[in-house]
Amino acid sequence: MFEELTLLQLQQYWWIIISLLGGIFGFIMFVQGGQTLFGTISKGDETLKTMLVNSLGRKWELGFTTLVLFGGALFAAFPLFYSTSFGGAYWVWMSILFCFIIQAVSYEYRKKTQNFLGQKVYESFLYINGSLGVILLGVAIATFFSGSAFSVDENNFSHWHTSLRGLEALASPFNLSLGFALFFLVRISGALYFINNIDHVIIRQRAIKSIKINMPIFLFFFSVFLFLLFTKDGFAYDTEGFVYLVEYKYLHNFLEMPIVFALFILGIIMVVVAVVVTIHFNMTCCIKTGGLGIVLTVMALFLNVGFNNTAYYPSVYDLQSSLTIQNSSGSHYTLTTMSYVSFMVPFVIAYITYVWYQMDKVKITKEEIEDPHAHNY
Amino acid sequence: MMEEHLVDWSRAQFALTAIYHWLFVPLTLGLGFIIAIMETIYVKTNSDFWKKTTKFWMTLFAINFAIGVATGIIMEFEFGTNWANYSWFVGDIFGAPLAVEGILAFFMESTFFAVMFFGWDKVSKGFHLLSTWLVAIGSNLSALWILVANGWMQYPVGMTFNPDTVRNEMNNFWEVLFSPVAISKFLHTISSGYIVASLFVVGISAWYLLKRREIEFAKKSMIIGATFGLISSIFIIINGDESAHQVALKQPVKLAAMEGLYEGKKDAGIVALGILNPKKTLTNDEDTFLFELEAPYALSLLGYHDIHAFVPGLKDLVYGNEKYNIIPTSQKMAQGKIAIQALKDYKEAKRNNDLIAITKHEKILRENIKYFGYGHLNKPEDIVPPVGITFYAFHIMVALGSWFLALFALLLFFVLKKDILKYKWLLISAVASIPLGYIASEAGWIVAEVGRQPWAIQDLMPVGIAATDISSTNVKITFYMFAFLFTALLIAEIKIMLRQISIGPNGGH
Repeated sequence: MFEELTLLQLQQYWWIIISLLGGIFGFIMFVQGGQTLFGTISKGDETLKTMLVNSLGRKWELGFTTLVLFGGALFAAFPLFYSTSFGGAYWVWMSILFCFIIQAVSYEYRKKTQNFLGQKVYESFLYINGSLGVILLGVAIATFFSGSAFSVDENNFSHWHTSLRGLEALASPFNLSLGFALFFLVRISGALYFINNIDHVIIRQRAIKSIKINMPIFLFFFSVFLFLLFTKDGFAYDTEGFVYLVEYKYLHNFLEMPIVFALFILGIIMVVVAVVVTIHFNMTCCIKTGGLGIVLTVMALFLNVGFNNTAYYPSVYDLQSSLTIQNSSGSHYTLTTMSYVSFMVPFVIAYITYVWYQMDKVKITKEEIEDPHAHNY
Repeated sequence: MMEEHLVDWSRAQFALTAIYHWLFVPLTLGLGFIIAIMETIYVKTNSDFWKKTTKFWMTLFAINFAIGVATGIIMEFEFGTNWANYSWFVGDIFGAPLAVEGILAFFMESTFFAVMFFGWDKVSKGFHLLSTWLVAIGSNLSALWILVANGWMQYPVGMTFNPDTVRNEMNNFWEVLFSPVAISKFLHTISSGYIVASLFVVGISAWYLLKRREIEFAKKSMIIGATFGLISSIFIIINGDESAHQVALKQPVKLAAMEGLYEGKKDAGIVALGILNPKKTLTNDEDTFLFELEAPYALSLLGYHDIHAFVPGLKDLVYGNEKYNIIPTSQKMAQGKIAIQALKDYKEAKRNNDLIAITKHEKILRENIKYFGYGHLNKPEDIVPPVGITFYAFHIMVALGSWFLALFALLLFFVLKKDILKYKWLLISAVASIPLGYIASEAGWIVAEVGRQPWAIQDLMPVGIAATDISSTNVKITFYMFAFLFTALLIAEIKIMLRQISIGPNGGH
């Protein structure tokens, strides 16, 4: 079946999967967003904080796993990106990894006696992961549009041309705007998740209040990002693979790919609807609508930068070194093999959904958290 | 070639991450199954005792699990951050098992992990038990895929070199998956994990018995731990034999280093106990050992399943041995350099669109590609890994493995047939063997990874050209950052574990 597809079709198939994974990761980052709200929502009440931590603690591994899968899929499907970006933007990725390592232990160790570093340290780890980790991820993703200073030699070995090794991306308002937009977006989805997952009036009230504060800030940074994105030059390539700059490329990409544009608009509308309905109608299920909205929006952004003859990882040092889904992918055989493996994804999503439903059909309550036999974080 | 300093720091960083990662993973691999067995007994008997027992070991599992996950993600991304050239050269093959690992194993593990810990009163008993088994299976599936990737690095198969992309491209997924090296590596590694977990369970149980606490809990846990450990120890001896056979066939230099064998010989024996002479080099006539105790014929038997087989030594492998048809490394280097030059000429011909030259250079390249990596070496002696580290690591692993077999057998016998509380020496030995399990397991990895140096990919890519083009200062800083962080987390884990153990399965009551 997949064997009969052309290499380009397989590359496109895999870019769609990468985009979907990126979208799912954007959604799962509600865990990170929630981690930055512990202080705001609990206001120093230890029981409330424990409820919040436990609510997220049952989901944190999904985010970790999605990140690992996102990395693994990129490695397998687009290995030249893997070697260029990870090896090049060394400090950005290392910092992101650092932010994620400290998350992994924090839930389990925070409350345990003899935890060596103390509860506050683990809570600050979670805050760092939810803030710095997310902003850096946003900045790293923004370089898909803004480009980086690298070159690829004739052996396809990549070389980075700034000594800051990726940290230079932090100096770009464009990159930062996406980083901050993502940070405030995941805070909103984190609050939506709390509202859905925890049965506690005060937590719901405070979560709604935080959404009211974070939503306008998110919209501001996201609007700045979109304005800069739609007005900037983009990196296009022709049938020979020659890369050149095109005015308003990313805006044109949306207009020339109406389905992708529709997904993008639909995604944004769903996030806005989720927020409005939560605030005005006290609905508790809007993490689903908002979450799907995030998946669609992020996915559409990835599709925008990867399709329509666009270089998805542009080089501002040497335009012709820019990476496209065509020049950076795995071979036909590998993409075909991997495509069969991708058949497992719906099954994986199905059991995750089932388990999620089973575990969350009874909301977290204060009584559950205070039960002396409960396994608490 | 990269600056040597950088390569050393990159190796150090990866070794640091791998060693820390491997402190946590083996326990997860085995303890998952031990817990699943205990919970199965609980579901069958509906006994509150077994529920408590399961929950106690589960708590220790969770404490350990978190750092294993954290260090694991670093390893995946370090392939890109620190070994960028490698990532491209083999990403078409190596990336696939990593992605499959993510889809098939990680999600299973992480999804059902939440049910395992928080689902006791939320899902049915049967579904909870299934979740516990799936966590155990998921972690072992994860090991399968990463070890398939590692096995491929030790014995690259199922691919062809594409001169246009300058990388190896997969052409047979099944050959990669069912490579004999990958399979034996997987079986050997997971069974070593089962032994570490068994030692952990029997060691902690023994501590309770020494303290005269939680007697019933400790005895029953010890029966399960020792049984699981004994079966695993017997299994590891069987698959260890196959591992050694594969090393002999596919990585003879590693085998020679494991045994400190400089001169090849027939009827070769295994050094059961030995101290290497530090003055010994490839080129002098010093004795190899200051002291040695040898089991005759065992190396020939182990390596080639023939007690009279010739086992090549390091000198044969470096300088060649015509009698046994062993090509000198200098010749492989010459062929490697021809391959590298042919690749350059091929690219030049491509640029000039010279079809005759393209065909000619591609043919030369194909004829010599087998030794491509040798073309990057400076001298034949470069193929020899650090002999001392490899030798001692191998012998420590084997000696401890033999001890564990005896320990599990003794514990099982005494706990079932005698009043084990009276045998203090045995209980102390069981407690002391917990760290020994980790030492043996780490030693195994040292044999596997140090023993294959200088290769990132056996025969195809030395570590010198695999590293990212970056200044060594960056790598040095991250090395210290990770060393500091991992050490802090390890201290935290040990303290929390000790505290949980001292609290006990009954919450200190």
